[in-house]
Amino acid sequence: MTEKIAVSLWRGRAQGRYQLYEVQLRENQTVLDVVTFVQRHLDATLAYRFACRVGMCGSCAMTVNGRPRWTCRTHVAKVIDRGRLKIGPLENLPVIKDLATDMAPFFEKWQQAKGAFAPSRTRSDPIERIPPGGAARMAADAAIECINCGICYAACDTVRWNADYLGPAALNRAWSLVNDQRDAGNPARLAAVAASGGCHACHSHQSCQEHCPQALNPTASIAGLKRRTTLAYLRGELKA
Amino acid sequence: MNVRLYVLQRATAALMAPLVLVHVAVIFYATRQGLTAADILSRTRGSVLWASVYGLFVVAVAIHGSIGVRNILAEWSPMSERHAGIFAIILGCCLLALGLRAVAAVTLP
Repeated sequence: MTEKIAVSLWRGRAQGRYQLYEVQLRENQTVLDVVTFVQRHLDATLAYRFACRVGMCGSCAMTVNGRPRWTCRTHVAKVIDRGRLKIGPLENLPVIKDLATDMAPFFEKWQQAKGAFAPSRTRSDPIERIPPGGAARMAADAAIECINCGICYAACDTVRWNADYLGPAALNRAWSLVNDQRDAGNPARLAAVAASGGCHACHSHQSCQEHCPQALNPTASIAGLKRRTTLAYLRGELKA
Repeated sequence: MNVRLYVLQRATAALMAPLVLVHVAVIFYATRQGLTAADILSRTRGSVLWASVYGLFVVAVAIHGSIGVRNILAEWSPMSERHAGIFAIILGCCLLALGLRAVAAVTLP
């Protein structure tokens, strides 16, 4: 007899319900495999999002048994609870349909936090040499491997309580650029993250680093931004 | 919370940490030595030191506490950040008035 998994999947938008499906348990099966099986064999109307399937694109994050996870790299064997999987959309984001959330607010906050690189040189200038072992470059590198999956944003209590809060991913991105010696956008960036809803709204609960699939530490990045903006404010470089 | 409120809250916290220790030490001393109200007032009335210590304490508490209440209301109640800010300013003024009145009562000659 083959073992089955009882899979509850969220169906609907903000209002909806969990619908139960039965999927065969397989070896080395990921949560994304389970969702894909349901969509391809049991219910073609199921909406979900994925792209690379190898943990690079950050598209497939969902809430699995109560925790936000990247489903393509999450093995069913590690998260299954008494033969059951409960899979819902990410928290703290509007649901488009079923398991697909609207990531627009998440990326808009990256823009608000000035998460775009602001070049200090033109393409006519010689390439600047950045020593990889320098303190600033190492701080930038520590925060740079974010795949924009939104898991930290979904796990963050402050995002849940404060709709204006920029969130761990956007602030982590801002911190990596603050430490990028080639970037010239720091005055505007520090002003953006020092405003209401910026880094000082963080309560340091550390859910972001607990859940980050890339093992990044956005809490540490936010602490860095708090220090940097506080110094800038005390020096009179920031107005609040 | 913006950087100005953050700096104010952290600065007042740093100020309050030693002042709380002084306050607790005073409580222990007064109770263990069995000081009466008259004994205490004889030491505090006309004292610039006690007026400064507790005056500073009250100012720090009013700022620190009202910023904290503002944050709690803005995050956990339906109140907007602006309304929470107005409420916190009123609360801070009340704390300041009550606290300074109490300090004046025990320190003015």
